Amino acid sequence: MGTRDCKHISAMASPSIGEAGRTGEWRTSRPVIDHSRCIPVRKNKPSCFLCWLYCPEAVIKRDIPIQIDLTYCKGCGICAEECPSGAITMVAENDYVER
Amino acid sequence: METSVLNLPEREYLLPGNRTCAGCGLSIAYRYILKALEGNAIVAVPASCLTVLHGMYPTTSVLIPCVNVAFPSTAASASGLVAGLKALGRTDITVVGFAGDGGTHDIGIQALSGAAERGADFIYICYDNEAYMNTGTQRSSSTPLGAKTATTPVLGKQQHLKDMPRIMEAHSVSYIATACPSYPADLYDKMRKAKTKKGTRYIHISTPCPPGWIFPTKDTVKMGRLAVETGMVTLYEMEDGVFRLTGRSRSVAERGKLKPVGDYIKLQGRFAGISADNLKELQTWVNSRWAGYLKRA
Repeated sequence: MGTRDCKHISAMASPSIGEAGRTGEWRTSRPVIDHSRCIPVRKNKPSCFLCWLYCPEAVIKRDIPIQIDLTYCKGCGICAEECPSGAITMVAENDYVER
Repeated sequence: METSVLNLPEREYLLPGNRTCAGCGLSIAYRYILKALEGNAIVAVPASCLTVLHGMYPTTSVLIPCVNVAFPSTAASASGLVAGLKALGRTDITVVGFAGDGGTHDIGIQALSGAAERGADFIYICYDNEAYMNTGTQRSSSTPLGAKTATTPVLGKQQHLKDMPRIMEAHSVSYIATACPSYPADLYDKMRKAKTKKGTRYIHISTPCPPGWIFPTKDTVKMGRLAVETGMVTLYEMEDGVFRLTGRSRSVAERGKLKPVGDYIKLQGRFAGISADNLKELQTWVNSRWAGYLKRA
């Protein structure tokens, strides 16, 4: 960190996930996916992926089923808003119960 | 084949857990810009939200090298990087100057104009969130008529915005494009095209900003889409002076017409209480600008 190959200290930053900490803690509501309504799961082939396309944080993986990294998801709600099949809903963190 | 959601590269160069606000329009745009550059680029970034995104020493949330430069010197620094890489014989690396609307329209315009006149070989990207968002939403020369900012708090701004792509057009640069993160494939294609050109290339991206424009974070993509559909933003490209509407703007031009500007501004807190005169003036301005684009296309 901050050191070049030649061992000299430099003002060069190195890439790291979670540069601003666990940004998931900023969240007031979390995206909850109903995979049975998700289009790629229903068709069982790559399709739609609009949540992946528009996620500003790049925390959604373009897999079947899609996965959201909640450690860093800031809970903006764009995925739920853009989902054409209504598979993602935003649930307030206070009301969320683990199932 | 046109790029679609299924053939966009999956690899990310923007790491999660960065410092941008929730629902950041710049963040969406930057993801696709970095994908198009394939990590083989150096960016010069002045004071802006992008500096915030890149993060604080000793860590950064982006996988490509970035040089943090003084506010007015984005294009000058990028010219220097180009010269340095040329001297080292490393011609495969794309140099990108990346500034906000304040760093382009106001503070950085002199260096940009100079670099464009010299034809320095880099891509200049202006992400336009229509005010100085990083420092708390002060008016810039890109803020539209009627928008309230920290420095125009009562009546809103009383002047029209500056049309930066047209200023760049006057420099006869090889490629000019406008884009919006609500249409990532369009943005990606324009970046790929810009990468293949030589000389100064200019890309203008309109990025909705939830805290600055005052709308819910979930509506970022919707707001960008409405901006294009109402004509507040027009998607086009100019290759060696040849003008062409692209994406959604082209389909609006070919069939259908623009939505009223009211549809766009009523969803944003910054336009709350806009006077009827200003609204009418804004609509007239959008209509005449759109008519100009249709004539050229």
